[in-house]
Amino acid sequence: MKFESTVTQIQADNIDTDQIIPARFLKTISKDGLGDQLFFDWRYNADGSPKPEFILNTDKAKASKVLFAGDNFGCGSSREHAPWALTQYGFQAVISTSFADIFKQNSLKNRLLPLVVSRDVHQQLRDALAANPDLTVSVDVETQIFTWTGGPAVAFAIDPFAKHCLLAGVDEIGYVLQHEPQIAAYEAQRIGTLNTLAS
Amino acid sequence: MPSNPRTIIQKVWDSHIVAEREGAPSLLFIDLHLVHEVTSPQAFSGLRQRGVKVRRPDLTFATVDHSTPTTPRNLPILDPIAATQVAQMETNAQDFGIPYFGFQNRDQGIVHVIGPENGLTQPGMTVVCGDSHTATHGAFGALAFGIGTSEVEMVLASQCLLQKKSKSFEVRVDGALKNGVTAKDIILALCAKIGIGGGTGCVFEFTGSAIRALSMEERMTVCNMSIEAGARAGLIAPDEKTYEYLKGRRFAPKGEKWDEAVAYWKTLPTDAGATYDHSVTIDADSLEPMITFGTNPGMGIAINGAIPDPAGIADPLERESLRKALQYMALEAGAPLAGQKIDVVFIGSCTNSRISDLRAAASVLKGRKVSASVRTLVVPGSQEIKRQAEAEGLHEVFRAAGAEWREAGCSMCIAMNGDQLSPGQYSVSTSNRNFEGRQGKGGRTFLASPLTAAASAVMGVVTDVRTLV
Repeated sequence: MKFESTVTQIQADNIDTDQIIPARFLKTISKDGLGDQLFFDWRYNADGSPKPEFILNTDKAKASKVLFAGDNFGCGSSREHAPWALTQYGFQAVISTSFADIFKQNSLKNRLLPLVVSRDVHQQLRDALAANPDLTVSVDVETQIFTWTGGPAVAFAIDPFAKHCLLAGVDEIGYVLQHEPQIAAYEAQRIGTLNTLAS
Repeated sequence: MPSNPRTIIQKVWDSHIVAEREGAPSLLFIDLHLVHEVTSPQAFSGLRQRGVKVRRPDLTFATVDHSTPTTPRNLPILDPIAATQVAQMETNAQDFGIPYFGFQNRDQGIVHVIGPENGLTQPGMTVVCGDSHTATHGAFGALAFGIGTSEVEMVLASQCLLQKKSKSFEVRVDGALKNGVTAKDIILALCAKIGIGGGTGCVFEFTGSAIRALSMEERMTVCNMSIEAGARAGLIAPDEKTYEYLKGRRFAPKGEKWDEAVAYWKTLPTDAGATYDHSVTIDADSLEPMITFGTNPGMGIAINGAIPDPAGIADPLERESLRKALQYMALEAGAPLAGQKIDVVFIGSCTNSRISDLRAAASVLKGRKVSASVRTLVVPGSQEIKRQAEAEGLHEVFRAAGAEWREAGCSMCIAMNGDQLSPGQYSVSTSNRNFEGRQGKGGRTFLASPLTAAASAVMGVVTDVRTLV
């Protein structure tokens, strides 16, 4: 998993999943069509027309694979609709100084890389973008290095299992189901030792 | 002292490990999986595509709460998209053989209310649900956390979850709460103290004399908002109050099994000498009623405090966040929040919709009228709570005060079901989130306790309940 892209900045801390996709769009029973609803309330006017000044409505953002945001991205609700909407829009990575736990897990399961950087690197990239808004970043999951035009090579951390799943395209549910003997053994030893639900 | 002292978090974790492998997350067995209509349809579609059954329908329970109207139950669900989602939940429950507390079922209610109410939630369990407020169940000493839809599918298929161990974080609350200060104020104070990301990567254990003094329902309020301080789960060790609450409930162990269960539950509390990765203390004696002023639950102040000034914040991103929050809320830095005019009061949600919350609100509203300019909604957490409240005559108190008495559900906490603020409106809400648009696009939310909400409804402005005599 390796890609190069311009950077779409939404520089706010604590961007919650209600902003990423408002709850009223969660009544769907499918995963389709969520990209158009990404950041809906920041992105569209009351009459449904796009706000031309909002970054996600620009052609440059539409072609971008990297979202660059503030601290604690994805806090709040557990809705997986958030990474579904982000990936359907076209993002493959979000760069921030930290991510909320559930959002991070949900992202990795949808091949959206939550790329954590230090505050220093975050500031450096912001400064670089201020000087050159069209710079590109390149991200390589294999080597765990990302860099940008004229910038340093920055190593980023990723959980080894998550990395393996991203690179090999592992179906995690399939992986878990391979543990059938262990699950059955666990269930057998649990009965009678701990409480179970009365029926 | 045991030679290897462990926290309750560690004990519950250790007893649920199905498999461990170097370089991979642990495979954790899940004792209780709660399912609702919003975050499960795509998971059931996944099971159908795989041709896989639900492994343990006996440990899986479904209800509908988020997108369901709170209008009388004999009316149809008018929103066709919501109606389709509710119908799909029913189909999925039937097709996969899952017990289902449906829209017309007498036990329907908010998923985090009906779990404990029916005795499904028990100490020492692992509990998951596709909902971040699953932490509520931690009040019983269960390790309970929200999961995404892919994980819902994983648990349905395998009754297990791949999970990395979180860090432990002790939140110690000692002392005694003053009159007018509640469990909600404890958790809002924690959010204000450590911030909305303060508990990221952690599980909270709430300890201390003020926590021990709380009722089970109050403990649920505290644990419920763990996620609002960034922690995926928060729990409280079980004690006599826990056992007393559970005894005799529908799915609680009975007879000999009850005695065995209690004996086991008594082994759960954190051992003397166990250590935590992080800790924070809150002094209950000095707590005031809390209220949020901004657009995340960490932006909270004491009810008589002043709205913070962005000019006083050094970090540029934090300063900008606060400035934007005040702009969205149309509030002035440095001004008091008490006295701010409001349009709506919402009493409900998985945080504060239980019978004790309704009693607290009714104690304020009894013999009073809500302000003519304020719409007040009271939404019980479950049909059972609604029946209980009506048996106590609380609904008459609410109606006489001019409040709406509605059917059970999430309602205006998440504004998916038609109960919502209009753009620009202010609410005092007993729910858990004040994010932009959370209660309706353009709506502005002040989070507070049922006492503060009821007092504010009466006065038509943000009000310290202690000023009502």
